[in-house]
Formats: sequence, structure tokens, C-alpha cells
Amino acid sequence: MKLGLIATAAGAFSGLFGVGGGTVIVPLLILWLAYGEREATGTSLAAIIAIAVFATIAQGLHGNVDVAKGLLVGIPAVGGVIGGAALQQRLPERAVSLIFAVLLLGIATELIL
Amino acid sequence: MEYLAAAALGYAGGVVGGLLGVGGGILFVPALAIFLDLSQLEAESTSLLAIIPVAIVGTWRQRRYGNVRLREGVLIGILSPLGVIAGVLVANAVSQRTLEVAFAILLIFVSAQLARRALSAPAEAPPSSTRR
Repeated sequence: MKLGLIATAAGAFSGLFGVGGGTVIVPLLILWLAYGEREATGTSLAAIIAIAVFATIAQGLHGNVDVAKGLLVGIPAVGGVIGGAALQQRLPERAVSLIFAVLLLGIATELIL
Repeated sequence: MEYLAAAALGYAGGVVGGLLGVGGGILFVPALAIFLDLSQLEAESTSLLAIIPVAIVGTWRQRRYGNVRLREGVLIGILSPLGVIAGVLVANAVSQRTLEVAFAILLIFVSAQLARRALSAPAEAPPSSTRR
């Protein structure tokens, strides 16, 4: 039930604001379902696979996706995500929460301005 | 030079994605819009494509570390289109500005909750502990 609500919230916010579903999924998994930070972020990435595939297909049909430029950014990012996930294993879980809190404040500021 | 800057921002977006469990779009969109000359809509759409390999490889790595509840994650992913429909309905009923401010307030609230919880947390639980 709560998973369904989290899914709905993630889909709604990503559609409305162009923010990735992860912004919504990670804190809800932590605060509602008592996931540990590492578990929440790992599970969020699994959810994002499907969300990004659906959304890319939808936007691709409208002709808004530039494949070459997407790969130019996405391929280096694969190296980044391997490093980021490794880095996370060395941090205390509460540090992950605090960094996430800062990220949310940044997004909130950007939305208001 | 622009290509290098875009690739560097892409790498940084990936690091943020792995660290925080997000797709990395927060850096992909500016990389595509500022350095690769895409419009805001094209940048947001193309960012989604870049997120796919990040999410796949990130899930694979985190699964190796024992941090993925695959069934729950996949369920959230495949149910998310319900939210997209709900979002469209809401967007048609309320002004974009109202939505932005409401969402910003919600994020500030959630941010405070996360910070409060982290700062008041007792000793660090071992990484492999499962809590429900």
C-alpha cells in the first residue's frame, strides 16, 4: 500500500517538476518504511530504471530525446555511479541522510526562485 | 571544451546518483542545456535517457553491496505511471507556481525530518542490518 503511494508520488513529482523520482523515493523509504539509508538509495535506483525507461520512451515519441548527447553525458556518469556507490559504503548512514537533506534544500530553493 | 565540461558534469551526476540513490538528472539537465545547447525540454527529456545506464549500473553495484530490495524497487518503478497520470490531473487544476511553492515547502519539511532523524540517531547500525 505504502509502496503504491510512494510510486504514485514519485511519478507525479517527476512528471510535474522534471525531478528524478529518487528525490521522492529515498526520503519516503527512510521515513515511512524505516529503510536504512543504503537500502533506500539502492532500492531507489532499481525503481528509477523503470521510471526512466517509461519516461524516455514517452519523450522519445515526441522527438525530444537527443541520443548522442544523452550518451555523451550518460557514459561518463556510469563511471561516476560506480564511484559514488563505493564512496557511500565508507560513509556512516546518517551522513547520507544529511547530504540528502542538503540536496532537498537546494532543490526547494531552486523551485522557489 | 564544451564536450569535456558536459562529460565532467555527467561523471559528477553519476557520483551523486550512486551516493544518494537519485538518477543524476540534477546535473545532467544543466550539462545538456548549458554545454550542449539543448532547450530546457530537450535537456530534461535527454537527461532521462542518460539516467537509464546510471540506474542499471548503480542497482547492480548496490546489489553487490547488499543494499537493494529488488522486488520493492521494481514494484515502485512499474507503478509510477499511475503517478504521472495523477500529476497531469493536478497540473490541470492548479497553477504551476502554486505547485512549485507547495512542493518546495514539502521538500523543506522532508529535509528537516531527515536531518533531525540523522542528528538524533543512536550509534551507527552495521551496513548489513535489515530493518523493517
